Amino acid sequence: MRAIYVLCIRQLKRYVRSPARIIGSLGQPLIFLLALGFGIGAIFKRAGAGNYIDFIAPGIVAMAIMFTAVFSGIEIIWDRQFGFLKETLVAPVSRFEIAFGRVLGGALVAMLQGVAAFILCLVIGFRVHNWLLVPVALVFMFLFSLLFTSIGTAIGSVLQDMQGFPLVMNFLVMPLFFFSDALFPLQDLPKFMAGALLLNPVTYGVDGIRGSFSSAFAFHMATDFGVLVVLSAILLAIGSYLFSKIQL
Amino acid sequence: MGDMIVVQDLVKNYGNFCAVNHISFTVPEGKIFGFLGPNGAGKTTTIKMLTTILDPTSGFIRVNGHDPVHERKQVRRSFGIVFQDPSLDDELTALENVDLHGALYGVPRGERMKRAQTLLELVGLWDRRDDLVKQYSGGMKRRLEVARALLHRPRILFLDEPTIGLDPQTRNHIWGYIDTLSKEQNVTVFFTTHYMEEADRVAAECAVIDHGKIVAQDTPAALKQQTDSATLEDAFIALTGHAIREEEGNVMDRMRMMRAAWRGGRR
Ligand SMILES: Nc1ncnc2c1ncn2[C@@H]1O[C@H](COP(=O)(O)OP(=O)(O)O)[C@@H](O)[C@H]1O
Ligand SMILES: [Mg+2]
Repeated sequence: MRAIYVLCIRQLKRYVRSPARIIGSLGQPLIFLLALGFGIGAIFKRAGAGNYIDFIAPGIVAMAIMFTAVFSGIEIIWDRQFGFLKETLVAPVSRFEIAFGRVLGGALVAMLQGVAAFILCLVIGFRVHNWLLVPVALVFMFLFSLLFTSIGTAIGSVLQDMQGFPLVMNFLVMPLFFFSDALFPLQDLPKFMAGALLLNPVTYGVDGIRGSFSSAFAFHMATDFGVLVVLSAILLAIGSYLFSKIQL
Repeated sequence: MGDMIVVQDLVKNYGNFCAVNHISFTVPEGKIFGFLGPNGAGKTTTIKMLTTILDPTSGFIRVNGHDPVHERKQVRRSFGIVFQDPSLDDELTALENVDLHGALYGVPRGERMKRAQTLLELVGLWDRRDDLVKQYSGGMKRRLEVARALLHRPRILFLDEPTIGLDPQTRNHIWGYIDTLSKEQNVTVFFTTHYMEEADRVAAECAVIDHGKIVAQDTPAALKQQTDSATLEDAFIALTGHAIREEEGNVMDRMRMMRAAWRGGRR
Protein backbone atom coordinates (compact mmCIF):
# COMPACT_ATOMS: atom_id res chain seq x y z
CA MET A 1 0.00 0.00 0.00
CA ARG A 2 2.72 2.40 1.04
CA ALA A 3 4.62 1.70 -2.17
CA ILE A 4 1.54 2.41 -4.27
CA TYR A 5 1.07 5.69 -2.47
CA VAL A 6 4.65 6.93 -2.78
CA LEU A 7 4.93 5.99 -6.45
CA CYS A 8 1.67 7.71 -7.17
CA ILE A 9 2.85 10.88 -5.40
CA ARG A 10 6.06 10.72 -7.40
CA GLN A 11 4.13 10.89 -10.68
CA LEU A 12 2.08 13.83 -9.45
CA LYS A 13 5.18 15.70 -8.34
CA ARG A 14 6.83 15.18 -11.70
CA TYR A 15 3.68 16.47 -13.39
CA VAL A 16 3.26 19.68 -11.42
CA ARG A 17 6.96 20.41 -11.77
CA SER A 18 6.85 20.52 -15.54
CA PRO A 19 4.48 23.36 -16.48
CA ALA A 20 5.94 23.24 -19.98
CA ARG A 21 4.54 19.74 -20.39
CA ILE A 22 1.15 20.76 -18.99
CA ILE A 23 0.82 23.72 -21.34
CA GLY A 24 2.43 21.85 -24.23
CA SER A 25 -0.03 19.00 -24.13
CA LEU A 26 -2.94 21.46 -24.12
CA GLY A 27 -1.79 22.78 -27.50
CA GLN A 28 -3.24 19.94 -29.53
CA PRO A 29 -6.69 20.01 -27.88
CA LEU A 30 -6.73 23.78 -28.33
CA ILE A 31 -6.05 23.51 -32.05
CA PHE A 32 -8.80 20.91 -32.49
CA LEU A 33 -11.19 22.99 -30.47
CA LEU A 34 -10.55 26.18 -32.43
CA ALA A 35 -10.19 24.71 -35.91
CA LEU A 36 -13.02 22.19 -35.72
CA GLY A 37 -15.18 24.00 -33.19
CA PHE A 38 -15.39 27.18 -35.19
CA GLY A 39 -14.55 25.76 -38.62
CA ILE A 40 -17.06 22.96 -38.75
CA GLY A 41 -19.34 24.49 -36.14
CA ALA A 42 -21.05 26.65 -38.76
CA ILE A 43 -21.97 23.70 -40.99
CA PHE A 44 -22.98 21.66 -37.98
CA LYS A 45 -25.41 24.35 -36.91
CA ARG A 46 -26.81 24.76 -40.43
CA ALA A 47 -27.46 21.02 -40.48
CA GLY A 48 -29.63 21.55 -37.43
CA ALA A 49 -27.41 19.50 -35.15
CA GLY A 50 -26.93 22.21 -32.53
CA ASN A 51 -23.84 23.77 -31.00
CA TYR A 52 -20.71 21.96 -32.20
CA ILE A 53 -18.44 23.31 -29.46
CA ASP A 54 -20.78 21.77 -26.90
CA PHE A 55 -20.61 18.56 -28.89
CA ILE A 56 -16.88 18.19 -29.35
CA ALA A 57 -15.68 19.64 -26.02
CA PRO A 58 -16.07 16.26 -24.27
CA GLY A 59 -14.28 14.62 -27.20
CA ILE A 60 -11.42 17.09 -26.80
CA VAL A 61 -11.27 16.37 -23.06
CA ALA A 62 -11.08 12.66 -23.91
CA MET A 63 -8.32 13.37 -26.39
CA ALA A 64 -6.23 15.24 -23.81
CA ILE A 65 -6.70 12.30 -21.44
CA MET A 66 -5.82 9.63 -23.99
CA PHE A 67 -2.56 11.21 -25.07
CA THR A 68 -1.40 12.03 -21.56
CA ALA A 69 -2.42 8.63 -20.22
CA VAL A 70 -0.69 6.60 -22.92
CA PHE A 71 2.35 8.78 -22.50
CA SER A 72 2.39 8.31 -18.71
CA GLY A 73 2.33 4.58 -19.20
CA ILE A 74 5.06 4.68 -21.80
CA GLU A 75 7.21 6.68 -19.37
CA ILE A 76 8.34 3.27 -18.13
CA ILE A 77 10.72 3.33 -21.09
CA TRP A 78 12.24 6.59 -19.87
CA ASP A 79 12.54 5.22 -16.38
CA ARG A 80 14.24 2.20 -17.79
CA GLN A 81 16.67 4.31 -19.81
CA PHE A 82 17.37 6.80 -17.07
CA GLY A 83 17.65 3.95 -14.62
CA PHE A 84 15.04 4.73 -11.97
CA LEU A 85 13.10 1.59 -12.85
CA LYS A 86 15.88 -0.60 -11.40
CA GLU A 87 15.63 1.20 -8.08
CA THR A 88 11.97 0.21 -7.78
CA LEU A 89 12.50 -3.33 -9.09
CA VAL A 90 15.03 -4.29 -6.38
CA ALA A 91 12.90 -2.87 -3.56
CA PRO A 92 11.20 -5.43 -1.32
CA VAL A 93 7.81 -4.66 -2.86
CA SER A 94 5.81 -6.81 -5.27
CA ARG A 95 5.87 -5.81 -8.90
CA PHE A 96 2.10 -5.62 -8.90
CA GLU A 97 2.21 -2.91 -6.26
CA ILE A 98 4.78 -1.01 -8.29
CA ALA A 99 2.76 -1.35 -11.48
CA PHE A 100 -0.42 -0.34 -9.70
CA GLY A 101 1.24 2.70 -8.11
CA ARG A 102 2.54 3.81 -11.49
CA VAL A 103 -0.80 3.31 -13.23
CA LEU A 104 -2.72 5.11 -10.52
CA GLY A 105 -0.29 8.04 -10.56
CA GLY A 106 -0.37 8.18 -14.34
CA ALA A 107 -4.15 8.05 -14.37
CA LEU A 108 -4.41 10.93 -11.90
CA VAL A 109 -2.05 12.97 -14.04
CA ALA A 110 -4.08 12.22 -17.17
CA MET A 111 -7.27 13.12 -15.37
CA LEU A 112 -5.78 16.45 -14.26
CA GLN A 113 -4.83 17.08 -17.86
CA GLY A 114 -8.44 16.30 -18.80
CA VAL A 115 -9.65 18.83 -16.22
CA ALA A 116 -7.26 21.40 -17.68
CA ALA A 117 -8.71 20.73 -21.15
CA PHE A 118 -12.21 21.03 -19.70
CA ILE A 119 -11.38 24.47 -18.28
CA LEU A 120 -9.95 25.47 -21.64
CA CYS A 121 -13.22 24.41 -23.27
CA LEU A 122 -15.21 26.51 -20.79
CA VAL A 123 -13.08 29.52 -21.66
CA ILE A 124 -13.73 29.00 -25.37
CA GLY A 125 -17.47 28.87 -24.87
CA PHE A 126 -18.43 25.35 -23.83
CA ARG A 127 -21.56 25.28 -21.67
CA VAL A 128 -22.30 22.56 -19.11
CA HIS A 129 -25.98 21.59 -18.96
CA ASN A 130 -26.12 20.50 -15.35
CA TRP A 131 -23.24 21.25 -12.95
CA LEU A 132 -24.54 18.65 -10.52
CA LEU A 133 -23.44 15.97 -12.99
CA VAL A 134 -19.85 17.24 -13.19
CA PRO A 135 -18.70 14.82 -10.45
CA VAL A 136 -20.10 12.01 -12.61
CA ALA A 137 -18.07 13.34 -15.52
CA LEU A 138 -14.98 13.26 -13.28
CA VAL A 139 -15.63 9.60 -12.49
CA PHE A 140 -15.82 8.83 -16.21
CA MET A 141 -12.68 10.84 -16.84
CA PHE A 142 -10.86 8.89 -14.16
CA LEU A 143 -11.94 5.50 -15.52
CA PHE A 144 -11.00 6.57 -19.01
CA SER A 145 -7.58 7.71 -17.71
CA LEU A 146 -7.11 4.40 -15.92
CA LEU A 147 -7.92 2.48 -19.09
CA PHE A 148 -5.41 4.33 -21.23
CA THR A 149 -2.65 4.45 -18.61
CA SER A 150 -3.00 0.68 -18.35
CA ILE A 151 -2.69 0.38 -22.12
CA GLY A 152 0.40 2.62 -22.03
CA THR A 153 1.87 0.54 -19.20
CA ALA A 154 1.33 -2.67 -21.12
CA ILE A 155 3.04 -1.18 -24.17
CA GLY A 156 5.85 0.47 -22.18
CA SER A 157 6.61 -2.86 -20.49
CA VAL A 158 7.19 -4.55 -23.83
CA LEU A 159 8.93 -1.85 -25.88
CA GLN A 160 12.69 -1.57 -25.39
CA ASP A 161 13.07 2.03 -26.51
CA MET A 162 11.15 5.09 -27.67
CA GLN A 163 11.45 4.19 -31.35
CA GLY A 164 8.14 2.35 -31.25
CA PHE A 165 6.36 5.38 -29.83
CA PRO A 166 5.20 6.97 -33.13
CA LEU A 167 3.89 3.57 -34.16
CA VAL A 168 1.76 3.41 -31.04
CA MET A 169 0.50 6.94 -31.54
CA ASN A 170 -0.30 6.62 -35.24
CA PHE A 171 -1.61 3.08 -35.34
CA LEU A 172 -3.35 2.83 -32.01
CA VAL A 173 -4.12 6.10 -30.28
CA MET A 174 -5.03 8.15 -33.35
CA PRO A 175 -7.36 5.55 -34.92
CA LEU A 176 -9.03 4.92 -31.59
CA PHE A 177 -9.65 8.63 -31.29
CA PHE A 178 -10.86 9.28 -34.83
CA PHE A 179 -13.01 6.14 -35.13
CA SER A 180 -15.02 7.08 -32.08
CA ASP A 181 -17.87 9.46 -31.36
CA ALA A 182 -15.42 12.14 -30.21
CA LEU A 183 -15.79 14.38 -33.26
CA PHE A 184 -19.10 13.34 -34.85
CA PRO A 185 -22.38 11.86 -33.62
CA LEU A 186 -23.22 8.17 -33.87
CA GLN A 187 -26.41 8.69 -35.90
CA ASP A 188 -26.63 8.30 -39.69
CA LEU A 189 -23.14 6.83 -40.14
CA PRO A 190 -22.31 4.27 -42.84
CA LYS A 191 -22.77 0.77 -41.39
CA PHE A 192 -19.08 -0.20 -41.14
CA MET A 193 -18.32 3.09 -39.44
CA ALA A 194 -21.10 2.66 -36.90
CA GLY A 195 -19.87 -0.87 -36.25
CA ALA A 196 -16.29 0.31 -35.71
CA LEU A 197 -17.50 2.97 -33.32
CA LEU A 198 -19.51 0.51 -31.26
CA LEU A 199 -16.45 -1.73 -30.84
CA ASN A 200 -14.25 1.17 -29.77
CA PRO A 201 -13.91 1.74 -26.00
CA VAL A 202 -13.26 5.44 -26.65
CA THR A 203 -16.87 5.77 -27.82
CA TYR A 204 -18.12 4.73 -24.39
CA GLY A 205 -15.64 6.94 -22.56
CA VAL A 206 -16.59 9.96 -24.62
CA ASP A 207 -20.30 9.19 -24.24
CA GLY A 208 -19.89 8.95 -20.47
CA ILE A 209 -18.14 12.30 -20.31
CA ARG A 210 -20.42 13.96 -22.86
CA GLY A 211 -23.54 12.54 -21.28
CA SER A 212 -22.59 13.89 -17.87
CA PHE A 213 -21.94 17.36 -19.28
CA SER A 214 -24.99 17.53 -21.53
CA SER A 215 -27.38 15.31 -19.54
CA ALA A 216 -27.97 13.30 -22.74
CA PHE A 217 -26.27 9.92 -23.08
CA ALA A 218 -26.25 8.08 -26.43
CA PHE A 219 -26.09 4.81 -24.50
CA HIS A 220 -27.20 4.27 -20.96
CA MET A 221 -24.90 5.77 -18.32
CA ALA A 222 -24.62 2.30 -16.77
CA THR A 223 -23.50 0.84 -20.11
CA ASP A 224 -20.69 3.39 -20.45
CA PHE A 225 -19.71 2.81 -16.85
CA GLY A 226 -19.78 -0.97 -17.17
CA VAL A 227 -17.71 -1.04 -20.36
CA LEU A 228 -15.08 1.25 -18.87
CA VAL A 229 -14.85 -0.60 -15.55
CA VAL A 230 -14.55 -4.03 -17.16
CA LEU A 231 -12.03 -2.93 -19.80
CA SER A 232 -9.94 -0.95 -17.30
CA ALA A 233 -9.80 -3.97 -15.01
CA ILE A 234 -8.74 -6.28 -17.83
CA LEU A 235 -6.10 -3.89 -19.16
CA LEU A 236 -4.82 -3.10 -15.69
CA ALA A 237 -4.34 -6.82 -15.17
CA ILE A 238 -2.57 -7.22 -18.52
CA GLY A 239 -0.43 -4.11 -17.91
CA SER A 240 0.66 -5.24 -14.43
CA TYR A 241 1.35 -8.74 -15.69
CA LEU A 242 3.59 -7.49 -18.51
CA PHE A 243 5.25 -5.08 -16.11
CA SER A 244 5.99 -7.92 -13.70
CA LYS A 245 7.77 -9.76 -16.52
CA ILE A 246 10.24 -6.97 -17.29
CA GLN A 247 13.83 -8.25 -17.28
CA LEU A 248 16.62 -5.74 -17.09
CA MET B 1 30.54 -15.21 11.75
CA GLY B 2 28.86 -16.85 8.76
CA ASP B 3 29.03 -16.37 5.03
CA MET B 4 26.86 -13.55 3.72
CA ILE B 5 27.12 -14.56 0.09
CA VAL B 6 27.53 -18.13 -1.11
CA VAL B 7 27.73 -18.90 -4.83
CA GLN B 8 28.27 -22.42 -6.15
CA ASP B 9 28.59 -23.42 -9.75
CA LEU B 10 26.62 -20.42 -10.99
CA VAL B 11 25.84 -20.23 -14.73
CA LYS B 12 24.08 -17.64 -16.89
CA ASN B 13 23.54 -18.19 -20.58
CA TYR B 14 22.11 -15.61 -22.94
CA GLY B 15 20.99 -17.86 -25.77
CA ASN B 16 24.13 -19.72 -26.83
CA PHE B 17 26.41 -17.22 -25.18
CA CYS B 18 27.69 -18.07 -21.72
CA ALA B 19 28.11 -14.81 -19.76
CA VAL B 20 28.81 -16.49 -16.40
CA ASN B 21 30.44 -19.89 -16.54
CA HIS B 22 30.36 -22.13 -13.44
CA ILE B 23 31.65 -19.67 -10.87
CA SER B 24 31.88 -20.32 -7.12
CA PHE B 25 32.93 -18.06 -4.25
CA THR B 26 31.90 -17.07 -0.73
CA VAL B 27 31.98 -13.74 1.04
CA PRO B 28 32.17 -13.80 4.86
CA GLU B 29 30.08 -11.36 6.86
CA GLY B 30 31.63 -7.92 7.32
CA LYS B 31 34.27 -8.40 4.64
CA ILE B 32 34.96 -6.24 1.60
CA PHE B 33 35.11 -8.40 -1.49
CA GLY B 34 36.38 -7.11 -4.84
CA PHE B 35 35.10 -8.64 -8.05
CA LEU B 36 37.54 -7.65 -10.76
CA GLY B 37 37.49 -8.28 -14.46
CA PRO B 38 37.76 -6.62 -17.86
CA ASN B 39 34.75 -5.28 -19.78
CA GLY B 40 32.21 -7.94 -20.58
CA ALA B 41 33.68 -10.42 -18.10
CA GLY B 42 30.31 -11.08 -16.44
CA LYS B 43 30.52 -8.90 -13.33
CA THR B 44 27.25 -7.03 -13.76
CA THR B 45 25.48 -10.22 -14.80
CA THR B 46 26.64 -11.86 -11.56
CA ILE B 47 25.46 -8.90 -9.48
CA LYS B 48 22.07 -9.00 -11.23
CA MET B 49 21.65 -12.64 -10.27
CA LEU B 50 22.69 -12.00 -6.67
CA THR B 51 20.24 -9.11 -6.42
CA THR B 52 17.11 -10.87 -7.79
CA ILE B 53 16.80 -8.97 -11.09
CA LEU B 54 18.00 -11.84 -13.26
CA ASP B 55 17.33 -15.55 -12.84
CA PRO B 56 20.37 -17.82 -13.17
CA THR B 57 20.47 -20.58 -15.76
CA SER B 58 21.74 -22.95 -13.08
CA GLY B 59 23.69 -22.98 -9.85
CA PHE B 60 23.27 -22.25 -6.17
CA ILE B 61 23.10 -18.78 -4.57
CA ARG B 62 22.51 -17.71 -0.98
CA VAL B 63 22.41 -14.07 -0.02
CA ASN B 64 22.09 -13.54 3.74
CA GLY B 65 20.93 -17.16 3.85
CA HIS B 66 18.17 -16.69 1.27
CA ASP B 67 17.65 -17.79 -2.31
CA PRO B 68 17.31 -14.84 -4.72
CA VAL B 69 14.96 -16.80 -7.01
CA HIS B 70 12.47 -18.08 -4.46
CA GLU B 71 12.88 -15.70 -1.52
CA ARG B 72 13.13 -12.43 -3.37
CA LYS B 73 11.70 -10.26 -0.63
CA GLN B 74 14.04 -11.51 2.09
CA VAL B 75 17.01 -11.11 -0.23
CA ARG B 76 15.91 -7.64 -1.30
CA ARG B 77 15.58 -6.52 2.30
CA SER B 78 19.16 -7.67 2.98
CA PHE B 79 21.04 -5.54 0.50
CA GLY B 80 21.52 -2.02 -0.78
CA ILE B 81 22.90 -1.47 -4.25
CA VAL B 82 24.66 1.16 -6.31
CA PHE B 83 24.11 0.14 -9.92
CA GLN B 84 26.65 0.57 -12.67
CA ASP B 85 24.29 3.01 -14.41
CA PRO B 86 22.53 5.94 -12.77
CA SER B 87 19.27 5.05 -11.06
CA LEU B 88 18.02 8.30 -9.52
CA ASP B 89 14.88 10.19 -10.41
CA ASP B 90 16.30 13.40 -11.86
CA GLU B 91 13.04 15.29 -11.48
CA LEU B 92 12.98 14.80 -7.71
CA THR B 93 15.22 16.43 -5.11
CA ALA B 94 18.01 14.52 -3.38
CA LEU B 95 16.00 14.28 -0.19
CA GLU B 96 12.90 13.10 -2.07
CA ASN B 97 14.92 10.37 -3.77
CA VAL B 98 16.25 9.13 -0.45
CA ASP B 99 12.86 9.43 1.23
CA LEU B 100 11.12 7.53 -1.56
CA HIS B 101 13.67 4.76 -1.14
CA GLY B 102 13.02 4.62 2.61
CA ALA B 103 9.28 4.41 2.01
CA LEU B 104 9.71 1.57 -0.50
CA TYR B 105 11.79 -0.31 2.08
CA GLY B 106 9.23 0.26 4.83
CA VAL B 107 11.39 2.50 7.01
CA PRO B 108 9.04 4.48 9.32
CA ARG B 109 8.79 8.18 8.47
CA GLY B 110 10.52 9.62 11.55
CA GLU B 111 13.41 7.20 11.27
CA ARG B 112 13.61 7.88 7.55
CA MET B 113 14.19 11.60 8.10
CA LYS B 114 16.84 10.98 10.75
CA ARG B 115 18.67 8.45 8.59
CA ALA B 116 18.41 10.69 5.56
CA GLN B 117 20.04 13.54 7.44
CA THR B 118 22.85 11.37 8.84
CA LEU B 119 23.63 9.84 5.47
CA LEU B 120 23.36 13.00 3.40
CA GLU B 121 25.67 14.70 5.90
CA LEU B 122 28.06 11.78 5.60
CA VAL B 123 28.32 12.20 1.83
CA GLY B 124 28.36 15.99 2.08
CA LEU B 125 25.02 16.64 0.37
CA TRP B 126 22.80 17.76 3.24
CA ASP B 127 23.11 21.43 2.26
CA ARG B 128 22.03 20.57 -1.26
CA ARG B 129 19.20 18.23 -0.23
CA ASP B 130 16.44 20.34 -1.77
CA ASP B 131 18.10 20.68 -5.18
CA LEU B 132 16.67 18.66 -8.03
CA VAL B 133 18.98 15.79 -8.86
CA LYS B 134 19.20 16.95 -12.48
CA GLN B 135 21.23 19.89 -11.18
CA TYR B 136 23.77 17.55 -9.58
CA SER B 137 27.18 16.70 -11.03
CA GLY B 138 28.11 13.09 -11.77
CA GLY B 139 30.08 12.79 -8.54
CA MET B 140 27.26 14.20 -6.43
CA LYS B 141 24.81 11.75 -7.99
CA ARG B 142 27.09 8.87 -7.18
CA ARG B 143 27.45 9.97 -3.56
CA LEU B 144 23.70 10.34 -3.34
CA GLU B 145 23.26 6.80 -4.65
CA VAL B 146 25.62 5.50 -1.98
CA ALA B 147 23.71 7.35 0.74
CA ARG B 148 20.40 6.07 -0.58
CA ALA B 149 21.61 2.47 -0.74
CA LEU B 150 22.42 2.63 2.98
CA LEU B 151 19.19 4.18 4.21
CA HIS B 152 17.45 0.95 5.18
CA ARG B 153 20.53 -0.38 7.02
CA PRO B 154 21.29 -3.24 4.64
CA ARG B 155 23.56 -6.09 5.81
CA ILE B 156 25.18 -6.21 2.38
CA LEU B 157 26.14 -3.43 0.02
CA PHE B 158 26.60 -4.13 -3.71
CA LEU B 159 28.59 -1.57 -5.68
CA ASP B 160 28.91 -2.03 -9.43
CA GLU B 161 31.77 0.20 -10.59
CA PRO B 162 30.81 2.86 -8.06
CA THR B 163 33.67 5.21 -8.84
CA ILE B 164 33.75 5.08 -12.62
CA GLY B 165 34.17 8.52 -14.15
CA LEU B 166 34.70 10.25 -10.81
CA ASP B 167 37.57 12.50 -9.80
CA PRO B 168 40.17 11.17 -7.35
CA GLN B 169 38.77 13.24 -4.45
CA THR B 170 35.28 11.79 -4.79
CA ARG B 171 36.66 8.28 -5.26
CA ASN B 172 38.70 8.68 -2.15
CA HIS B 173 35.69 9.86 -0.17
CA ILE B 174 33.45 7.06 -1.36
CA TRP B 175 35.95 4.35 -0.44
CA GLY B 176 36.47 6.12 2.87
CA TYR B 177 32.78 5.75 3.82
CA ILE B 178 32.69 2.19 2.64
CA ASP B 179 35.72 1.19 4.63
CA THR B 180 34.27 2.80 7.76
CA LEU B 181 30.94 1.12 7.18
CA SER B 182 32.45 -2.32 6.99
CA LYS B 183 34.68 -1.76 10.01
CA GLU B 184 32.15 -0.05 12.26
CA GLN B 185 28.86 -1.64 11.25
CA ASN B 186 30.01 -4.98 9.97
CA VAL B 187 28.34 -4.42 6.60
CA THR B 188 29.45 -6.88 3.93
CA VAL B 189 30.57 -5.15 0.74
CA PHE B 190 30.68 -6.70 -2.73
CA PHE B 191 32.08 -4.37 -5.36
CA THR B 192 33.39 -4.36 -8.91
CA THR B 193 35.87 -1.86 -10.28
CA HIS B 194 38.34 -1.19 -13.04
CA TYR B 195 40.65 0.74 -10.76
CA MET B 196 43.04 -1.83 -9.36
CA GLU B 197 44.60 0.48 -6.82
CA GLU B 198 41.17 0.91 -5.23
CA ALA B 199 40.71 -2.81 -4.93
CA ASP B 200 44.21 -3.11 -3.50
CA ARG B 201 43.42 -0.49 -0.92
CA VAL B 202 40.07 -1.67 0.43
CA ALA B 203 39.41 -5.29 -0.53
CA ALA B 204 40.13 -8.06 1.96
CA GLU B 205 39.77 -10.53 -0.85
CA CYS B 206 39.43 -10.36 -4.63
CA ALA B 207 38.17 -12.65 -7.32
CA VAL B 208 39.32 -12.05 -10.88
CA ILE B 209 36.75 -13.00 -13.51
CA ASP B 210 37.41 -13.20 -17.24
CA HIS B 211 35.15 -14.53 -20.01
CA GLY B 212 32.66 -15.61 -17.35
CA LYS B 213 35.17 -17.72 -15.40
CA ILE B 214 36.95 -16.97 -12.15
CA VAL B 215 40.65 -17.17 -12.93
CA ALA B 216 42.03 -16.32 -9.51
CA GLN B 217 40.74 -15.63 -6.03
CA ASP B 218 42.78 -14.48 -3.04
CA THR B 219 43.90 -11.50 -0.98
CA PRO B 220 45.41 -8.68 -3.06
CA ALA B 221 48.81 -9.39 -1.50
CA ALA B 222 48.65 -13.07 -2.41
CA LEU B 223 47.52 -12.25 -5.97
CA LYS B 224 50.52 -9.99 -6.43
CA GLN B 225 52.86 -12.59 -4.97
CA GLN B 226 51.37 -15.40 -7.02
CA THR B 227 51.91 -13.50 -10.28
CA ASP B 228 55.17 -11.94 -9.17
CA SER B 229 53.81 -8.43 -9.76
CA ALA B 230 54.54 -5.15 -8.02
CA THR B 231 50.99 -3.82 -8.28
CA LEU B 232 47.54 -5.37 -8.43
CA GLU B 233 47.20 -3.86 -11.89
CA ASP B 234 50.17 -5.88 -13.12
CA ALA B 235 48.75 -8.96 -11.44
CA PHE B 236 45.44 -8.31 -13.16
CA ILE B 237 47.07 -8.06 -16.58
CA ALA B 238 49.16 -11.15 -15.87
CA LEU B 239 45.94 -13.02 -15.10
CA THR B 240 43.70 -11.70 -17.87
CA GLY B 241 46.15 -10.95 -20.69
CA HIS B 242 46.81 -7.87 -22.77
CA ALA B 243 44.03 -8.16 -25.33
CA ILE B 244 41.65 -5.19 -25.38
CA ARG B 245 38.05 -6.31 -25.00
CA GLU B 246 35.50 -5.57 -27.65
CA GLU B 247 33.00 -3.05 -26.39
CA GLU B 248 29.84 -5.08 -25.95
CA GLY B 249 27.09 -4.08 -28.33
CA ASN B 250 23.95 -4.61 -26.24
CA VAL B 251 21.28 -1.98 -25.73
CA MET B 252 22.48 -0.88 -22.31
CA ASP B 253 25.99 -0.32 -23.57
CA ARG B 254 24.83 1.73 -26.50
CA MET B 255 22.75 3.85 -24.18
CA ARG B 256 25.67 4.24 -21.80
CA MET B 257 27.82 5.52 -24.64
CA MET B 258 25.12 7.84 -25.93
CA ARG B 259 24.58 9.24 -22.47
CA ALA B 260 28.30 9.77 -21.97
CA ALA B 261 28.60 11.52 -25.32
CA TRP B 262 25.62 13.72 -24.60
CA ARG B 263 26.93 14.68 -21.18
CA GLY B 264 30.30 15.48 -22.66
CA GLY B 265 28.62 17.73 -25.20
CA ARG B 266 26.78 19.74 -22.59
CA ARG B 267 29.79 20.56 -20.48
N1 LIG C 1 20.74 -9.04 -21.84
C1 LIG C 1 21.82 -9.57 -22.45
N2 LIG C 1 21.68 -10.30 -23.56
C2 LIG C 1 22.76 -10.84 -24.18
N3 LIG C 1 24.02 -10.69 -23.76
C3 LIG C 1 24.23 -9.97 -22.66
C4 LIG C 1 23.14 -9.35 -21.94
N4 LIG C 1 23.64 -8.68 -20.88
C5 LIG C 1 24.98 -8.87 -20.93
N5 LIG C 1 25.34 -9.63 -21.99
C6 LIG C 1 26.70 -10.04 -22.36
O1 LIG C 1 27.24 -10.78 -21.28
C7 LIG C 1 28.61 -10.48 -21.10
C8 LIG C 1 28.85 -10.02 -19.68
O2 LIG C 1 28.27 -8.76 -19.48
P1 LIG C 1 28.38 -7.96 -18.12
O3 LIG C 1 28.03 -8.86 -17.00
O4 LIG C 1 27.58 -6.71 -18.24
O5 LIG C 1 29.93 -7.61 -18.10
P2 LIG C 1 30.76 -6.68 -17.10
O6 LIG C 1 31.77 -7.59 -16.48
O7 LIG C 1 31.41 -5.64 -17.96
O8 LIG C 1 29.82 -6.09 -16.12
C9 LIG C 1 28.96 -9.41 -22.13
O9 LIG C 1 29.58 -10.05 -23.22
C10 LIG C 1 27.62 -8.85 -22.53
O10 LIG C 1 27.63 -8.39 -23.86
MG1 LIG D 1 29.36 -4.19 -15.77
